[in-house]
Amino acid sequence: MSLPFTIARTHLVSKPKQTIVAMLGVTFGIGMFIAMVSLMTGLNDMTEDLAMTSSPDIRIYHDITADRSSLAEQVNPQGINIVYHTKPKNESQKVHNALKIAEMIRKNPEVRGVSPQLTSQVFYNYGPVQLNGTIAGVDIVEEDRLFDIKAKMREGRIEDLIVNPEGIIMGKGLAKKLNAKTGDRVVITTPQGFTMTLKVVGLFQMGVGTIDNVKSYANISMVQNILQRDKSYLTDVNIKLKDFHLAKAMAPQLQKTFGYKSEDWETANATMLLGVIIRNILTYSVSITLLIVAGFGIYNILNMTIMNKMKDIAILKAMGFSGSDVRKIFMIQSLIIGLIGSLAGLAIGFLLSSLIVRAPFDGGDVISIDHLPVNFKAKYYIVGIVFGIVTTAIAGYMPSRKAANVDPIEILRG
Amino acid sequence: MQVLKAHKVTKYFYEPEKFQVLKAIDLSVSKGEFLSLVGKSGCGKSTLLYVLSTMDTDYEGELEIAGQRLTGKDQNQLSKFRNAHIGFVFQFHYLLPEFSVLQNVMIPALKLARYSPHEIEERAYEKLTMLGVQEQALKPSNKLSGGQQQRVAIARALINDPDIIMGDEPTGNLDSYNTHVVFDIFNELTQRYKQTIIAVTHDEEFAKKSDRIVEMSDGKIVS
Repeated sequence: MSLPFTIARTHLVSKPKQTIVAMLGVTFGIGMFIAMVSLMTGLNDMTEDLAMTSSPDIRIYHDITADRSSLAEQVNPQGINIVYHTKPKNESQKVHNALKIAEMIRKNPEVRGVSPQLTSQVFYNYGPVQLNGTIAGVDIVEEDRLFDIKAKMREGRIEDLIVNPEGIIMGKGLAKKLNAKTGDRVVITTPQGFTMTLKVVGLFQMGVGTIDNVKSYANISMVQNILQRDKSYLTDVNIKLKDFHLAKAMAPQLQKTFGYKSEDWETANATMLLGVIIRNILTYSVSITLLIVAGFGIYNILNMTIMNKMKDIAILKAMGFSGSDVRKIFMIQSLIIGLIGSLAGLAIGFLLSSLIVRAPFDGGDVISIDHLPVNFKAKYYIVGIVFGIVTTAIAGYMPSRKAANVDPIEILRG
Repeated sequence: MQVLKAHKVTKYFYEPEKFQVLKAIDLSVSKGEFLSLVGKSGCGKSTLLYVLSTMDTDYEGELEIAGQRLTGKDQNQLSKFRNAHIGFVFQFHYLLPEFSVLQNVMIPALKLARYSPHEIEERAYEKLTMLGVQEQALKPSNKLSGGQQQRVAIARALINDPDIIMGDEPTGNLDSYNTHVVFDIFNELTQRYKQTIIAVTHDEEFAKKSDRIVEMSDGKIVS
C-alpha cells in the first residue's frame, strides 16, 4: 500500500464521526438520485410503452384542416391578396386508393404491418344519455398484427368479430360507462344522424384511459355502412415498423410519396413525451442539487481537517514529502469518502426503489396500473457512482491543493 | 571533508518593507562537526538555517550539500533531497498524533523506500533503542512525555542516515534535565557516528559545549 494512502486512511479512521458525516452526505445524495431516477425512468418507459401500444408508428390520413391557398392567390400570385375568414372546403376525409397505398408500404422491409381503416366520431346511446366516442372499422386480423389486440382482449375473442358482421369490440372503460356486457346490444349514432344497433362481442383494454373509455372496433364494411359511404371509403392507413425509432425519418418520405399527411408517433404523443422531458429535468436538477450540497459538506470537512493538520503537513514537507504527495493524501481521503459514500448510496437507492415498487398505486381511469413502475437498470447505478466520485473529487481538489501549497517555514518557525 | 558549503548567501524580506536579513554569508561545515548557530533574536540565524535546509529557496548566493549544488533546483527535487540527506529536529516535536511512535519514525524511510518495510521497521527499532525509547514504540505518539517525544523526533531525523541534522532550538521547549539528555545524544552522534549537526540555539550553555559556535549579528557572521 502506498504511503499517502496509508496516511489518508489513518486520518479517516482516527476521526470516525467526521468521516461518517461526510460519507452520509454523499450516501443521501446518491441514494435519492437512484430512487428518483429509477422511478422517473420507470414512468418514462411506461409512458413510451403506452404511447407505442395505443398509437401507430406512422398514421397516414387526409388532413382537411390544413391551410390552403385562396383562389385569389392562385389567380394573382404577385398581388397583395387579403381574404378574410377563409373556411375549409367541404372535403371528404377519404384517403384515395388507401388499399393500394397499404399494399405499396407493405413491400418495405422495415414495415411490420399496415392496417388501412376508417374511423369516425359517434355517439353511444345509453338510455337518454349520449356518450361521445369513436368507432374504427378495421380488418381485425391486420389490426391485431399491429397492436396485439388478442393479448388485450378481456372478454370474447377477435375471431368473434369476423364471423359477426354486426358485432363490435368495445373498450372496457366505455363498456363500463354504458353498463354494457358481452352479448348486449348498443345503439350508436353518427354525426350525420344515422342510427345503428350493434352487438358487443368482446371487450379490450389497452391500459390508457383515452382509448379504453372511447373506442370500439368494428368491421370495415359495417362502419362504411353506418356512415353511408362506398366500399372504397377509408380514412386512415396505420403503420407499425420493426424499429419505431425510424418513424420520425420515414413519415415525411411517405407524406411526399402519397400526398397525404403522415404523422409519426412522437408528434402524435408530443404531450406525453413532454412529460418525459420534464421528469428528466426534475430528476437531474434535484439529484445534482443534493450532490452539490454533499460536495460542500466534503469541502468543509476537508478544509477543517487541513486547518487542523497544518503542522503535520509542514513537517511532512520538511521531511521530504512533495506538494503532490500532500495533495494525494487529501485527495485520497475525499475519494475514499466518495467511493464508500456512493456505494452505500447505491444500496440505499436500491432499497428505496424496492420499497417503491412494492407500494400499491391505483392508476384509476387514466392508466391501468396497480403499482408504480420502477427501473432497475445497471446504467443508472453506474451513472450514480460516477456522479458521486466526480463530485467528491471536485470538492476535495480545492482543499487538497491548498494543503499542497502550505509553506512549511511559516508554520515551523512558530 | 565539507558536508555543507554556502557561498555569499544573501536574502531580503519584503514585508512590511524591503530589509536585508542575510548579508553575503559564507559558511562551510565539515563532516562530524557539531555546530551551534547563535545570536540575538532577529539576527537572521533561523532564516539562515531555513535557507541551508533547502526549504527556503528565495535567496541569492549558492548552496551545496553533500557535493550537490542545490541552488536553482525545483521544489520536488529539493523534497527528495531533504528526504534522503537532511534530518530535522524542531523546538516542538511535530510528531503525527494519529500514528504510533514506531510509525512516526518509519514514515520518512517509507517515503524514501530505500529498504523494504520490514527492514525499515528493524532500523526504526534500532534508532529508538539507541535513544532509549524503544519501550514506547507501539504507543500513540501523543501519550509520551515531552522529553521522550523529542527523542522520538531525533530518531525520526536519523532514520535515513542523513548527511546533516538541522535543529531549530531543539532544546527550546525542554527542561534542563531533558536538555542535557538531548545534548548528550547530539554529542554522542557526532563523536561516535560522525553525524554532522547544525543547531540554532539560544541556550549559551548548550552552545558552549558544542564543537563550533557561529555567532551572527545583523545578518552577518561575526565569529
